[in-house]
Amino acid sequence: MLKLLYFARLRETFGLAEEELELPAQVINVQTLTELLRQRGEVWEVGLASGKPYRVAVNQEMVGPGTIIRDGDEIAFFPPVTGG
Amino acid sequence: MRIRVQTEDFDVGAELAQLRAGNPKIGAIASFVGLVRDLNENAEVSEMILEHYPAMTQKSLEGIVAEAKNRWDIYDALVIHRVGKLVPTDQIVLVAVTSSHRGEAFAACEFIMDYLKTQAPFWKKEQTTSGSRWVDSRESDDKAAQRWETKIESK
Repeated sequence: MLKLLYFARLRETFGLAEEELELPAQVINVQTLTELLRQRGEVWEVGLASGKPYRVAVNQEMVGPGTIIRDGDEIAFFPPVTGG
Repeated sequence: MRIRVQTEDFDVGAELAQLRAGNPKIGAIASFVGLVRDLNENAEVSEMILEHYPAMTQKSLEGIVAEAKNRWDIYDALVIHRVGKLVPTDQIVLVAVTSSHRGEAFAACEFIMDYLKTQAPFWKKEQTTSGSRWVDSRESDDKAAQRWETKIESK
């Protein structure tokens, strides 16, 4: 089971703060998970479009698209940060 | 290492006094306070909401402070970041660093702030005269953080 979290603008775009997802067979890394989410419909396609500024954290660490995803991981999608 | 994320305001004087208490080796404290402005991108800001990713915030701030301790000869660092609803003139963030000398304290304080701006998972949503909007990240913040990579490489 994966725990997926969405923050800030992405949470509003998807109308979803968090969900649990059975690790799909085709999901190997961050990139394949993102591709799968994009297939959910237009808001997902737009929110996670390639070239769009968003960040991904796996187990609370910001990572790149090639990072391997394992069962039990917590994966967060969010816009570039704007604190401080 | 002291890291706090809170909705309440903070008293800079009291925080600095506590940070240096009982350590006569400290010769310098550098501190930075970030504030809410009333104007951003040509729109009047009446209030803002700061959202964060709690599980990651603590971890990422601890990582940034640990990295500052690796790079500079500092005793301690304090980071306080507020979340929730804030209005113009409110304090948002405090970063303070203690060291024997000012050079290390200044550099470490600026480094922590620059990395916080690009790495720590906080997001601002502003309420303006023309509605609410998420604040966009700035390229100048990325550049500010990247400077430190160049400095290390050229050493």
